[in-house]
Amino acid sequence: MNQHENAHADKSVDTLTTDTATRRDFLKAGAVVAGATLAPGVLFYGVAHSRPAEEPASKAVRWGMLINTQKCGDGCKSCVTACNEENGLSGKTGPQDSQWIRKVDIRNLQTGAHHELPMLCQHCENPPCVDVCPTGASMKRADGIVLVDRHICIGCRYCMMACPYKARSLVHEPLTEQKPDVPRGMGCVEACTFCVQRVDRDEAPACVDACTQAGHNAMLFGNLNDAEGPIAKALKSMASTEVRADLNLNTGVRYQGI
Amino acid sequence: MMAKSLLKRGIGVMLFAVGGLLAPLSVAQAGVDVPKLPPAKGASKCVEDTDFMRRNHMDLLKHHRDDTLRLGIRTTKHSLKGCVECHASEKTGSVAANKEDFCVACHSYASVKLDCWGCHATKPAQKSAQKPAGHPSAVSGSTRAGGDK
Repeated sequence: MNQHENAHADKSVDTLTTDTATRRDFLKAGAVVAGATLAPGVLFYGVAHSRPAEEPASKAVRWGMLINTQKCGDGCKSCVTACNEENGLSGKTGPQDSQWIRKVDIRNLQTGAHHELPMLCQHCENPPCVDVCPTGASMKRADGIVLVDRHICIGCRYCMMACPYKARSLVHEPLTEQKPDVPRGMGCVEACTFCVQRVDRDEAPACVDACTQAGHNAMLFGNLNDAEGPIAKALKSMASTEVRADLNLNTGVRYQGI
Repeated sequence: MMAKSLLKRGIGVMLFAVGGLLAPLSVAQAGVDVPKLPPAKGASKCVEDTDFMRRNHMDLLKHHRDDTLRLGIRTTKHSLKGCVECHASEKTGSVAANKEDFCVACHSYASVKLDCWGCHATKPAQKSAQKPAGHPSAVSGSTRAGGDK
């Protein structure tokens, strides 16, 4: 990638994160680049402040995602590609390859209605993967992000069997060239982390940014507990669906239009 | 008297044995050479004293890993990523690519197996120089207040 492309990429990233960056910079330095506008659907509201590095994730926040299947592009895989790039996944889709987000086709055979949607870890409030983990490696962070502690994961794969969404993968082969922000290795189970490394620096997950950049705006990420935030407002005003709502898992990822 | 001199001799032997254990840290003895570590770049000083780090880096890292993963505390002072950024050798750009690199040099000398690099990156982020905006290292430096606690 040459300098010019880099500059271009930086600009687009800036546009997406300006809201939080601006607020922070304003408070910090008093110098603001005002008037930054955000495309609809990509607003990234968290708590009203950026969490300092030494402060733990808070229970006051619950990260969630709202996916509008009507807007999800036919055949578009921007979210999947962005996820692979951000987290250093190979992008292969074999039975032994890690997939943190997949595009799923659903079709009603009777009516012919067709949808595509991205399926990822649903970051349940009551995650079955955490229930069954024999070592405590599978865990839910205070802000609702479900993670695997690879330091104590023994690779037993109970969590993979327990997950109703088929969201988890086991790394079968030794890996090299991992991303510094995303350690991954053989013998551990892994899944979507909501790009926790990005969330912790006030950015939206890579898939959400990619969806917006692709012009679909089908994915909205934010704090479900923030009543004034766009995601809580959207959930309040529109019908949305939990996949396998019958399991009472209270998923953090919700869908519209299915 | 006899017992006292025996005791003294015993203490002498003990001191000698302890001295023998500590010797490799200070003086190179016949046999295996003390590892020559590649110089760290960036900061002129480590985050803690060198002696302290030699004995306690594993505890700091273990404590920090749980804080970061489980609680979401993202301070940089005792993060493994920070170690890698400073200690990656110029030759390989890594802390564990060959036997002369920082981590491996000492760990092979001490015969202690390293598990970190099965998952963690042994090289610093490549794009940090080209891509300041939105990159973790850039952000941690400029906007994450209190990052170096």
